[in-house]
Amino acid sequence: MKQIRELVVISGKGGTGKTSVVAAFAALAGGAVLADCDVDAADLHLVLDPKLGSEHEFSGRRQAVIDAAACTACGRCAEVCRFAAVLGAADDTYSIDSIACEGCKLCRRVCPADAIHMEPVVNGAWMVSETRFGPLVHARLGVAEDNSGKLVTLVRNEARRVAEEQGFPLVIVDGSPGIGCPVIASLAGADLVLAVTEPTVSGRHDLDRVLHVVRQFRLPFAVCINRADLNFELGAQIAAEASAAGAAFVATVDYDPAVTHAQVVGTDVIAYGGRAAAEITKLWEGVSASLSPSPSPQGKVRGAGTVGKATESEAATTAAAEDG
Amino acid sequence: MRIAIASGKGGTGKTTLATNLAALHAARGVTVRLLDADVEEPDCHLFLQPEVERREPVRVLVPEVDDARCTTCGVCAEVCAFHAITVIGSTVLVFPELCHSCGACALLCPEKAIHEEARDTGMVEYGTVTLPGRPAFPLVTGVLAVGEANAVPTTRATMAAADDDSVDVVLVDAPPGTSCPVIEAVLGSDLVVLVTEPTPFGLHDLKLAVGMVRALGLRCVVAINRADLGDDRVHSFCANEGIEIVLELPNDRRIAEAYSRGELLLDALDGLEQRLSSAWDCISTAAQKHDVVS
Repeated sequence: MKQIRELVVISGKGGTGKTSVVAAFAALAGGAVLADCDVDAADLHLVLDPKLGSEHEFSGRRQAVIDAAACTACGRCAEVCRFAAVLGAADDTYSIDSIACEGCKLCRRVCPADAIHMEPVVNGAWMVSETRFGPLVHARLGVAEDNSGKLVTLVRNEARRVAEEQGFPLVIVDGSPGIGCPVIASLAGADLVLAVTEPTVSGRHDLDRVLHVVRQFRLPFAVCINRADLNFELGAQIAAEASAAGAAFVATVDYDPAVTHAQVVGTDVIAYGGRAAAEITKLWEGVSASLSPSPSPQGKVRGAGTVGKATESEAATTAAAEDG
Repeated sequence: MRIAIASGKGGTGKTTLATNLAALHAARGVTVRLLDADVEEPDCHLFLQPEVERREPVRVLVPEVDDARCTTCGVCAEVCAFHAITVIGSTVLVFPELCHSCGACALLCPEKAIHEEARDTGMVEYGTVTLPGRPAFPLVTGVLAVGEANAVPTTRATMAAADDDSVDVVLVDAPPGTSCPVIEAVLGSDLVVLVTEPTPFGLHDLKLAVGMVRALGLRCVVAINRADLGDDRVHSFCANEGIEIVLELPNDRRIAEAYSRGELLLDALDGLEQRLSSAWDCISTAAQKHDVVS
């Protein structure tokens, strides 16, 4: 069976143009499954005009519920709860703060009156939609909800399943900003990580942090400096640092208002055209070359200064991905 | 008064607004403390260059098994809702990065073979910002350790510095998005300023952020960055929802360049200090309208 490749696009800092780059890649890939793993603020569908598929409920956790009739108001639950999720009222009734509850079940286990049970919390939905470039797996995390890492893992797994079923060779993942659980969950086992940054002090700082995470998991990566003409000097510095850190390549894309204009009319920047479209096309060629299975045997050097997936690191990312 | 600066979408200008408002306040004789609660990617310090006086590690409790007492009965693995502890043969394995520190394993171990030990997950830095020609003010920065998945304990430790009546205003630079670390950062604020840009992504994520603010029973106003960039749908949305727009900043290359070098807007462009000042008047008035739900 043909091996499915997975490209994960992340950024560290938000607002560097990650989603616009992913939409452009979708247009250039000639058939790929798209996975919007920025489940906190999923935007990819806004420029891909998908035919929405049916929604599936996502429940990432269970939550304690106190049965008021059985509760003897002994207060043991409040005593053991580490998350301050048990609310006690003046009239000696207890209830659970659903936002604070992490679902550890400890209250239920210690309740002498057996007055607490666990209920699944529906905290999101996911769907497989159809776009002009291929299937899009995307999700919506409920407002003020937890467990985005689990939802990210679910979206990625579904994208992979769809790719297998429908014979797509590539999954393109739009990751989330930051370095925490949703980012770690989106990285596990990627064939190539593309970090999109910008030549600003914060872009540089945030890229450095997220690349440390990527390197901890020993994943091959490349860097795109977006709006490179904003500060050439800093851009050059970021490029040098990324190369020294082991980036397979560093590409630049200059500021082009066409990127925003494309978004406003609800399309990808390739269809809209312009200078950035040409530069992203070149970037795609680099990404595409790094993604092609190397002619050398499996596990040998792929890209510059990177090696094939390490079992240990994969286990670690998978473990972290399971977490909320 | 506590004001949180948040946004659904990243990169809209939260940090820009937070750092500049803090600097502005200091100049107006208002005592201010700025908390950088975007612990995954804390950036305020890049613009404010604080002198860090103190660093305190953020510790979470994780189980430690006493092999002499452990009978590998498996109760710990059974009661752990997070799969952070497991028994394989005659060994108990702990996965600290999965542990939520709920304490169930230690409390319920029939042999009392588990105790909890502190493990570093991040750091809170306490510093002082001294900008040329402006009075000094404190900056508290939460920094999640690289490779850690759970940002909440570090965010919570950073937010502990918000409970202090000795300053007039506490400003919080929240992380982007709408999930757990964001909630930690905005809970307890008198008003949330949602920063956005007038693009489809900006609007879509603003709607999510407004939903979050309302679900938490908080109130919000909006600041629009690069206001002349996209279309007018953010304005229409705010008008329909009755959300006040307190500030609009232009899509000006000089602002972007100053930001790229780590400079404050106040120093970059004439007239910005005045605009931020009026924005603050709107923000503080809105924060005091406790009876009005936006």
